[in-house]
Amino acid sequence: MSIDVALLANILPQVLIDGLILGFMYALIALGYTMVYGVLEFINFAHSEIFIVGAFVGVEILLSLKSAGRLDALPWPLVLVILLVAGMAVSGALAVTVERVAYRPLRGAPRLIPLISAIGISFFLQDLIRLVESIWRNAFNLVYPTIDVLNERFELTPTIDVSLKSLVVIVAALAMLAALHAVVNRTKLGTAIRAVAEDQTAASLMGINVNRMISLTFLIGGAMGGAAGVLFGVQYGLINPYTGFIPGLKAFTAAVLGGIGNIPGAMIGGLVLGLLEAFAASYLSLLTGGAFGAEYKDIFAFSVLILILIFRPKGLLGEVVRERA
Amino acid sequence: MRSDPIRSLLTLGAGLALIVAGGTSPLAAQGKGTIKIASQSPLSGGQAALGEGIKLGTQIAIEKLKGPLEKQGFKVELVPFDDQAKPDVGVANARNIIADKDIMVVIGHLNSGVAIPSSEVYKEVDLAMISPANTNEKITDRGYPNVNRVCGRDDVQGPVGAEFAASTLKVKTAYIVHDKTTYGQGVAEAFKKDIEKKGVKVVGFDGTEEKSNFDPIITPIKAKNPDLIYFGGIYDQGAPFFKQAREKGIKSKFLGPDGLDSSDLVKIAGKAVVGMYYTTAAAPASSPQAKQFADEFKKKFGKSPEPYAAESYVATAIALKALESVTSGGKAPTRPAVSKAIRQVKYTGMTGSIEFDDKGDPKKASYYVLQVAGDNPEKWAENKEAKRLAIAAPTATK
Repeated sequence: MSIDVALLANILPQVLIDGLILGFMYALIALGYTMVYGVLEFINFAHSEIFIVGAFVGVEILLSLKSAGRLDALPWPLVLVILLVAGMAVSGALAVTVERVAYRPLRGAPRLIPLISAIGISFFLQDLIRLVESIWRNAFNLVYPTIDVLNERFELTPTIDVSLKSLVVIVAALAMLAALHAVVNRTKLGTAIRAVAEDQTAASLMGINVNRMISLTFLIGGAMGGAAGVLFGVQYGLINPYTGFIPGLKAFTAAVLGGIGNIPGAMIGGLVLGLLEAFAASYLSLLTGGAFGAEYKDIFAFSVLILILIFRPKGLLGEVVRERA
Repeated sequence: MRSDPIRSLLTLGAGLALIVAGGTSPLAAQGKGTIKIASQSPLSGGQAALGEGIKLGTQIAIEKLKGPLEKQGFKVELVPFDDQAKPDVGVANARNIIADKDIMVVIGHLNSGVAIPSSEVYKEVDLAMISPANTNEKITDRGYPNVNRVCGRDDVQGPVGAEFAASTLKVKTAYIVHDKTTYGQGVAEAFKKDIEKKGVKVVGFDGTEEKSNFDPIITPIKAKNPDLIYFGGIYDQGAPFFKQAREKGIKSKFLGPDGLDSSDLVKIAGKAVVGMYYTTAAAPASSPQAKQFADEFKKKFGKSPEPYAAESYVATAIALKALESVTSGGKAPTRPAVSKAIRQVKYTGMTGSIEFDDKGDPKKASYYVLQVAGDNPEKWAENKEAKRLAIAAPTATK
């Protein structure tokens, strides 16, 4: 089978858009991993559940609005803002609670201990969501009610079109990443967080409340995860209590790819991984004449990842360097 | 994924608890003993809707038809197991099942990938299994004396779909997507082989385990604009796939196997799947007997029966008939005797008349092509029959 070059070129913009959406989603989730690592040098494995809780908050609000008959009455940007704010609030609060209950008491313990605690919390949250949803809605898979306006498509060429939904996801993700960047780099709180990340003892000597800054880190990371959850639900439409695991794992990978502990790194890592995956899934079968199909997308994406990490073991942008006291 | 070991442990615990609870029943001591019928199907997780149907179909059959056995002095009980649609859990449950000497028959499973390894365990003690739903060829092609099914086979379901697509829908090009499971890929490959023979061009064949983001798979499909998209897999994956495909403006016709046969398909995909076709070995609820069953089911459990609930009823009815024949005169049944008796049963019920051949396939199975009628999940049972074929199981090729 010969390679249809025209076809490959035709779908390129669509593949780029698919990859960008996925990439921004990974980037938002990856922030939670990378910020916590930056401050505590520890992987918060419960973050994938904190992310999916955001998606559940979103679907619950949409379903309640729908059953109250208000969904079509409200303008969609307002609905979206409500979803995002609620998702961020709940996920952020959950992340702070998890830190307070499961990680802070273990802060002095060897580093593997809080890691195990995180895995435990992850299990716990998965099954807690399952329990709550099965009692509340008697459902396992929850479907995001469709907001018809968001499915409107702009046809660019006969093969390429962009839905309003995709644009909204990209814009929302960009806005949040920009806001986070500004908070971390331009505000006093951001400076304090960076100070704690660099040296906790010195920071506390400077009058910074270390515990509060750590809580704040979890709050911001959790809120970003919650926002990603809402966007994930709006974009892909179907969630269940275990949906968070795979995107969480990919986002963690994205964080490592960008250089764990490094905020711009997480963003770039997410985008790279999202694009790699989209390219592999769409092109592998076309390029190899069907010998390798879309099912090899993860193998391809992760092979590239291993290659990058062989040549840049600290990630694309490098790990944040800490000097131990 | 990472929760598997823990959940299998939990299931093991739950299974043990069930057995203990069953064994301490005070009634068991009074009569000649207890005959237990186990059901194994996913009662939790993404495919629970179908799995629950299997359990409830079995339950309703036992309650309705246990009379003759009780007259003989036996107590008949249902022991439901949750295989979570996972092979490891199914096998762990199977170990518990064979350890309980009162269990004479297993009704299950939903997934062929779970049924195959689990039935290896049942075979060790010649414990009869009657499957209401497993359409994979290997289920019966292994030629085990204890394994039977009341439904059709994948290697026929694929061709039925291909026949329908080529001669009724008259499509020229088809794109095939499957879920990489024993079941999904099996049907998809059978479909591909047959539809190519009929002169339809297959423009793509892709497998994916993805559950939520189908964008990158849909993009090449859209560029190739096939007449038909065939999805070999289960509804919890097929539904979001079809939904996203329609949202991206794909206008191709949709076709799939019986894994898509669940009201959850429209619950998830909504109007995207209205007009979609699916092949199934499950009889549509249009016959009077099936309708009566559906009414009874609804009255008892407050919901319409999912596909395979009726087949589970039939499978259980066959099991009970076999049990009656081996317990005549009031003697206690043995597992090998029950397995043997099941092959002798001739049963006529709502899915037609069933008689097993020497592999455990029904001698003649009916296959249906149905079309999704509307986007209301409550009305799933009203899907219209587009075509019906009665085909004998192919002889085993060794």
